[in-house]
Amino acid sequence: MIQFNRVNKRYPPDIAALADVTADIAAGELVTVVGHSGAGKSTLLRLIPAIERPSGGAVLVNGQNVGALGRGALPFLRRNIGLVFQDQKLLFDRSALDNVLLPLDITGFPHREAKRRAEAALDKVGLLKRARAFPIALSGGEQQRLAIARAVVHRPALLLADEPTAYLDTGTAQDVANIFLEFHRVGVTVIAATYDAALFPGAHQLRLDHGRLQ
Amino acid sequence: MRHWLTAHRKAARQALQRLFAAPLTMLLSILGIGVALALPAGGYQLLDRVAALGRGTAATPQLTVFLAVDAERKAALAIEKQLGERGDVAQTRLLAREDTLARMKQDGALADVIGALPKNPFPDAIVVTPADDGVAAIEKIAAEARQWRGVELVQIDSDWAQRLAALVRLARTGLLLLAVLLGIGLVAITFNTIRLQVLTRQTEIEVSRLLGATDAFIRRPFLWHGALLGLLGGSVAWAIVAGALLWLQAPVAELAALYGLQIDLTLPGAKASALLFASALALGWFGAALSMRQHLRA
Repeated sequence: MIQFNRVNKRYPPDIAALADVTADIAAGELVTVVGHSGAGKSTLLRLIPAIERPSGGAVLVNGQNVGALGRGALPFLRRNIGLVFQDQKLLFDRSALDNVLLPLDITGFPHREAKRRAEAALDKVGLLKRARAFPIALSGGEQQRLAIARAVVHRPALLLADEPTAYLDTGTAQDVANIFLEFHRVGVTVIAATYDAALFPGAHQLRLDHGRLQ
Repeated sequence: MRHWLTAHRKAARQALQRLFAAPLTMLLSILGIGVALALPAGGYQLLDRVAALGRGTAATPQLTVFLAVDAERKAALAIEKQLGERGDVAQTRLLAREDTLARMKQDGALADVIGALPKNPFPDAIVVTPADDGVAAIEKIAAEARQWRGVELVQIDSDWAQRLAALVRLARTGLLLLAVLLGIGLVAITFNTIRLQVLTRQTEIEVSRLLGATDAFIRRPFLWHGALLGLLGGSVAWAIVAGALLWLQAPVAELAALYGLQIDLTLPGAKASALLFASALALGWFGAALSMRQHLRA
């Protein structure tokens, strides 16, 4: 499903974030990307939806070189991917329900069907009762679960999570990780960058050290 | 098509919500746009009324042949006959000097002055309606009549209308220039308003992009925002013009009556109003489109 072929990523002036990374991730796989801070975990994840472009090599998603995609094609690549960010990137002037509705609005879902799906996604992460609440009124764990609901509402085949448990206590972190494990069990490819690989038992592990795959 | 319409309906609703989320900012923006548009719109309406005066006269151009004050009646009749026999004259009418005096005495403003005169100061006059209302044809009759014995003065009655028409044309050009400049101002106001909106919505735009939003999806509510600002500004301009015309109606009519004219300052008609609203909407949309183009390129 995803192939990294001798991928390099450099930032100016001459900082190597990734060096010669080669890896294959199959459809339906559960993968954790681990490594110290600054090892290149986030960069690796950001290359998949082409938020960043590689400086060398190629990233292929379903055989498509995403680094070579034009501006007009990027939205359609991203619509097939669920993204959970370390800082969640929730919209604080919208309710939880409206946050989850956003990906469906973007793809042009009819409102009634979109609302049904959004409520189902909120239910899945245990937030249906907080659907009308604004993110500011949610706890850290709830905000992270809301971000997951938004990432899965359009039923993507690939779920990317960048440090989804970074700022959570141990119990809440395990609850959040369990949600990812559930999606993996129903066939979704899950790739999570994490400090704590133990939260994702049985995952294929990609270990990065100073941008190099170990 | 249905999806496209739904997307626009959503974007329009979103834009309305954003507008009313900051009422003071919206009010100031639409006031700025309204005042900018009211100047050319009001000017156009006034000019239209003034031009109508000239049009009414120019539609039936006439010339008046005045005889010398001491000319005999038979000379006037002879000149009237001579004019009437011309192929390029459609109609003649003799204004006898005693009839003119009687009519002027009936005029309240001049009755006292005329009554105090020792003798009738008015000459016989012949009002001529040419067969062809072209300027050259009228000028030809006038030039020939000026040469005839007993003719003191030939006055082309449409002269003032032509001067007025020239002035109106000049004013229209000035107004068009003003409209273009203020239109650019409107585009600049919308451009800046949308730029500020984009800055305050930066997170939403960034998140939408990451979730797969196209440029069109991101652009749409901002275009509606600009268009609605323009439309609301156009409505304010219409209200300003209508209010000003209603306010000026009585004093202008009074002043015009002193010159024997009738000027009705009516409210802008359906066509003029539609043009005002459509231009305001289009300029607002255009300003927003320019702003979004710059932002999306960056």
